[in-house]
Amino acid sequence: MANGTTVSNGVNVQALLDARDALTKAPEAAQFKWRAACEWKNGTHSHSTVESFFGLGEEQHRKTTFNFDADHPEVFASEDKGATPVEFVLVGLASCLTAGVAAVAQNRNIQLKSVTATIEGDMDLAGILGIDSEVRNGFKGITVKYKIDADAKPEDIEALVAQSQKRSAVYDIVTNPTNVTVVVN
Amino acid sequence: MSAVTTVIVGAGHAALAMSRCLAERSIDHVLLERGEVAQSWRTERWDSLRLLTPKWQSRLPGFTYTGSDPDGYRTLPEIVDFIAGYAKSISAPVRTHTTVTSVRSDGAGYLVRTDRGDWRCRTVVIASGACNTAKVPSFAASVPPSVATLTAQSYRNPAQVADGGVLVVGASSSGTQIAHELQRSGRPVTLAVGEHIRAPRVYRGKDLEWWMDAAGVLDERYDQVDDVVRARRAPSLQLAGTPDRSTLDLNALSDIGVKLTGRLAGITQDGKAQFSGSLRNMCALSDLKMRRLLELLDEWARANGLDGAVATPDRLPPTRVEDAPPLGMDLVKSGIRTIIWASGYRPDYSWLELPVLDRKGYVTHDGGVVPAPGVYLMGMQFLRRRKSALIDGAGDDARDLSAHLAAYLDNAAQRMSA
Repeated sequence: MANGTTVSNGVNVQALLDARDALTKAPEAAQFKWRAACEWKNGTHSHSTVESFFGLGEEQHRKTTFNFDADHPEVFASEDKGATPVEFVLVGLASCLTAGVAAVAQNRNIQLKSVTATIEGDMDLAGILGIDSEVRNGFKGITVKYKIDADAKPEDIEALVAQSQKRSAVYDIVTNPTNVTVVVN
Repeated sequence: MSAVTTVIVGAGHAALAMSRCLAERSIDHVLLERGEVAQSWRTERWDSLRLLTPKWQSRLPGFTYTGSDPDGYRTLPEIVDFIAGYAKSISAPVRTHTTVTSVRSDGAGYLVRTDRGDWRCRTVVIASGACNTAKVPSFAASVPPSVATLTAQSYRNPAQVADGGVLVVGASSSGTQIAHELQRSGRPVTLAVGEHIRAPRVYRGKDLEWWMDAAGVLDERYDQVDDVVRARRAPSLQLAGTPDRSTLDLNALSDIGVKLTGRLAGITQDGKAQFSGSLRNMCALSDLKMRRLLELLDEWARANGLDGAVATPDRLPPTRVEDAPPLGMDLVKSGIRTIIWASGYRPDYSWLELPVLDRKGYVTHDGGVVPAPGVYLMGMQFLRRRKSALIDGAGDDARDLSAHLAAYLDNAAQRMSA
C-alpha cells in the first residue's frame, strides 16, 4: 500500500468527510433534488439537458449545461443520433461505481494507476415489443467487469469495488425498487 | 420517596457488573428491574438459543466459569441461571418487578419514578439493554392478512409457526439461527440477506472468540477505531452457539435447502415481496470482511509464535450465490405462511426524560459517559470496546465508568465544601 501522504486519485476525501460531518448535523441540507429536462426531436431521438439541482438548502447551478442526445440504433429503424436510454443507465451505473472506487481508494490510501470497466446488460426484446408478457422490459441482469491497476493487494482491490457498490446511488437505484410518478401537465 | 446515590436501570449482566464495581467503591445504589434478573433472556428469546460466546468467556467482575465444559455454549436456561447466580453471589440490591416510568432532572440530581415508588438519586446508570424492541420496516404494514408475522423477539419455536413456507428477513446471528431451525422443522425457508458479517465458529482449531480475545481484537477501544459511529452500527457477527461447534453461515443454510434472496426492499400493496439485486455484493463484502479478520488473526499468531501450536490457516469457500436470485415473490402464491423479522433491535428510551437522545432516538454518549452530569450508559454495542455488548465486555466498561462516576461524586462533594 502506498504511503498516505503521496496517494492522489484526485479525490478530495477531506471535503467529503467534512461534508458528511456537516450534513449529519444539518440533515435538512442533505435533502437534494436531481433533475434533467428532455425534449422530443423526431422519431426516437430526444435531446436532454442537465443544469440545475437543489441541495444544501438552495438552488444550485452549473457553469455549463450538459447535453445528451438519445436515440435508437439503425437496426431499430432509427437514426442512431445518440446512445439508447438503456445505455445511459449503463453509463450511469458504471460511472457511479467508478467514482466510488476512486473515492474509496483515496480514503484507504490506495494509489490507483488505471481503472477501466466494461458493463453489459442482458435484455430480451420480447418484453418491450410485447411478444411475451412474462418477459420484463428491463435488463435480465447487468454485469460489470473491472480492470484495476493499483498499489494494493488483489483482495484490497476487490474490497474497493465491493465498498463502492455498497455506497453507490445508481447501484441502489438499479437493484432496489423506486416509486416513479409520471404526470401530464 | 426513597433516596440513593446511584440508580441502575435494569438488572442484566451489564447492570450487575456495574453494581459490583459500585459496591467495591462503597457507593450505595439500587437496581430497578421491570421483571426478574435477566428478564430479556427469560422472556424475549427463542427456546433453543445458545449464547454465542463460550462459557469460559463470560467473565464478570468477581465471577468466572469454573465448570468442566469451558468451550460449550450456554443454553437459554443456563444463561438465566448464570446471570441470576451472579446477582446472588454479589448480593446485588435488585428491586424486581419495579418498572421505571420516568427519569428526569431534579436540581442537583435525578428523580426516578417507578410503578412502585419514586427515587431521588445523584447519578443514573442506564443498563436497560440494547435490544428492547425488534426493528420492523415500515412496509410490514403491506404484509397480506393471511401471512402471520413474528419477530426474532417473539419467536419461540417451530410449533408456533404454521406449516408451510417461512420468509426470514435478516441474516445476522438471529436470522440465520431461526432460518436453520425452521428449515430443519420441515418448513421451507426463504432468507432475505442484507448486510451481514460471516465468521467461522472454529478457526485453526480454536473458537473464533478465543482468537479475538487473545489477539486483542475485542479490547479495541472506541476512541481508537477509525469510525466508531460505523462500528456501533455494524451488524453482529453471524455466529451461533452450535453444540457441535459447526459454522452456521449462508453456505450451511443453502446446504439444507434454505433459499437465499437479496435484502427485502419492499412489499407492494398486492402482497408481492421485492428483493434487492445486491445479494452477490452483500456476500462478497461479508467474505472480504471475514478474510481480513482471519488475516489479522494469522498475523497475530505468527508474531506470537503460535504457528505450529495451532492448526494451519484455512479459508471457508466463498459464499455461494445462484446466478439469478429471485427479485420478487408473491407471498401468498409462493406459499409463505409466516414472516419472521430478524431485521435488528433497538433500545426503548420512552421513559428517559433527559435531553440526551439523538435524532434517531439513541442516547448520545462518549464511551458511556452521557452528556447529562452523572448519567452513564452500559451494555451497548462498542460502548467503550469492541466487546462492550458481550457479557465478557461488561466488566471493563463497568470498571472504567464506575471510576468516572466516583470521580464525579468526589468533584461534586469538593464543590459543595469549597
